[in-house]
Amino acid sequence: MSDPIVDANSIIETLTLQGGFNTNAVILGTSLLGIAAGVIGAFALLRKRSLTADALSHATLPGIAAAFLVSSAMGFSGRSMPVLMLGAAISGILGVACIHLILQHTRLKEDAAIGIVLSVFFGIGIVLLSVVQSSTSGSAAGLNHYIYGQTAAMTRSDAYLMGGIGLFASLIALIMLKEFMVVCFNESFARSMGMRVWLIDSIMLALVVLITVSGLQAVGLILIVAMLIIPPAAARFWTDRLWKLVLLSALIGGISGYSGASISALFPRKPAGSVIVLVAGSIFILSMLFAPTRGVLADSFRRIQLRVRIARDHVLESLYEIEIGHAETEHPKAASWLIKLLCVKGWITRDNGQLILTDAGRTQGQRIHRNHLLWEQYLVSYADIAPTHVDWSVDQVEHVLSDELIHALILALKKRGLSIPPLDGGTT
Amino acid sequence: MSNSENSKNHSRSPRSILDARPEHSADSPVSVHAMTVAYNRKPVLWDVDYDAPSNSLVAIVGPNGAGKSTLIKACLGLIPRASGTVEFWGKSYKQSRSLIGYVPQRESVDWDFPVSALDVVCMGRYRKIGWCRPVTKSHKKAAMEALARVGMEDFARRQISQLSGGQQQRVFLARALTQEAELYFMDEPFAGVDASTERAIIEVLRELRSNGKTVIVVHHDLQSVPEYFDHVLLLNMRVVAAGPVSEVFTAENLQKTYGGRLTLLAEAAEAVARAAKGS
Repeated sequence: MSDPIVDANSIIETLTLQGGFNTNAVILGTSLLGIAAGVIGAFALLRKRSLTADALSHATLPGIAAAFLVSSAMGFSGRSMPVLMLGAAISGILGVACIHLILQHTRLKEDAAIGIVLSVFFGIGIVLLSVVQSSTSGSAAGLNHYIYGQTAAMTRSDAYLMGGIGLFASLIALIMLKEFMVVCFNESFARSMGMRVWLIDSIMLALVVLITVSGLQAVGLILIVAMLIIPPAAARFWTDRLWKLVLLSALIGGISGYSGASISALFPRKPAGSVIVLVAGSIFILSMLFAPTRGVLADSFRRIQLRVRIARDHVLESLYEIEIGHAETEHPKAASWLIKLLCVKGWITRDNGQLILTDAGRTQGQRIHRNHLLWEQYLVSYADIAPTHVDWSVDQVEHVLSDELIHALILALKKRGLSIPPLDGGTT
Repeated sequence: MSNSENSKNHSRSPRSILDARPEHSADSPVSVHAMTVAYNRKPVLWDVDYDAPSNSLVAIVGPNGAGKSTLIKACLGLIPRASGTVEFWGKSYKQSRSLIGYVPQRESVDWDFPVSALDVVCMGRYRKIGWCRPVTKSHKKAAMEALARVGMEDFARRQISQLSGGQQQRVFLARALTQEAELYFMDEPFAGVDASTERAIIEVLRELRSNGKTVIVVHHDLQSVPEYFDHVLLLNMRVVAAGPVSEVFTAENLQKTYGGRLTLLAEAAEAVARAAKGS
């Protein structure tokens, strides 16, 4: 069966929140959840607790099934959202507690502890779910939605509850920005000041629990962790400031939640959770590729630029050294594109197949030669400085070292019988 | 003030004689008594007794794995002690927290964290600011002043990953300065820094001393010990020797601390010779 055909009108209606009261509530609630997940996820990411959140969300399943069984046995409707959320929260926290216990009392590392808890709890949940399905009537089938998420099944009050929790959790996170920041950056310093790190961590965990359990119905427990990880990871490509990271992450989370719920409202067969994750994932890929400075493309561009520059400097320096009569310098073998580039720049010309420096090229070559001599001497004079700390590519040594030090280096070079060209203002 | 301290010392002296070991002294900024620390049942520090003198620069010196950082962390309650006690001016750590500043090892944090140098320095004020309150202008001003003291005011807005190792170390020092403490613990502040940073740091340390503060520094470079520090604590799981540099920093004690590591011993001998010349 294919989805019903959707006309343009209903698309616009849904996206502009005119698609009926219930739909609106769900879209609004999911957007708020996305915003909150973005905010809290930013701190979880910086605290390196993203995978703990994954274990937590998987560990909610036994709680959901158990809550259903208990409340049905007591004669209530098993599908009351708050009851299921409570069960989910309890077993989720139990899962995190198990991770801590394993870490404290064994020598296992965190990844193993998380993997064990995640799978064992999820396994228990699946078993309990089969008990639910065999022991009760068809009304239990709805519990499956908590695994993959299903906004279509949400009532208006479910949506309000979800949005309200999201709003509350974001507010708490913003109020505690300072505390979260110091604990994420430098836990031992925070503890040395007497800040109660365990309390701050517990609050952070509580917020993650809130987001996870309130997002169970819309996004599902398998994918909810994506809403906590992907938005801040994408936002990190764009900024170096925590508050900007939090805002941007909230924005990406909000957009993902909004579009996921809207698309799910238009095509009821498309589970909202997957759509939300796909939207967030697309934003992540775009950020990873195209972000300035931290993005992959910008990074590769800089690397290529550096390689071109090193190759270029090498040619110019060699030609200069040949000109001033360094016997040991070989004639540079450069790729034809590089020679063309240098010709276009007006730094070299060709004469009978020989490469010759122009005046501008000579100035460049001299500058590079001088720089390298000085840096080399710097390493010789200060042997305790790791070569990795020397920035060979710096345009001029003068920009980094003091005049006094450069003078000392020139004297040392002279002692070794090496002459150094004067600096004749040949900057680029 | 000194009167009351004297009387305190006096009143406890009979007990000190009865005890095989000295008790905590109330006028010492930090006094460690019978402290043992163990990781995974293997002791790292064994039965450490140490009274730091007030108003001085103290170096903790010892080979790798001697427990230098561990000693500092155990004093600050960052790692649990298997036994023993630590007192600050005769009081518990909890009571004296606001008087103690801390510079952790630079490598202990992720410098790609999305904050500026100023943000990091402001962290030193968080305790004074209190829970859930924003960082106000006056706190930022104090942070800027601390940055200026380490020569980093031009880098306040820089993201911390863009700073060099030495600059990052100075940011950590500035953060400790905003704590306005009486006693500072610094974990290898001179490790891997450039010459100008080293000069800037030692200048700040001397300034702190002349303001009556005490600074306890985990230090790696034996050569600079006599030049930089008044007191030294030679540590290798246990206290080998402790006291004024001129008395304790001897070839014999260094041999005991470092064992047969010859290159280090040569270095140490040179340092000792220079110390002798200096005094």
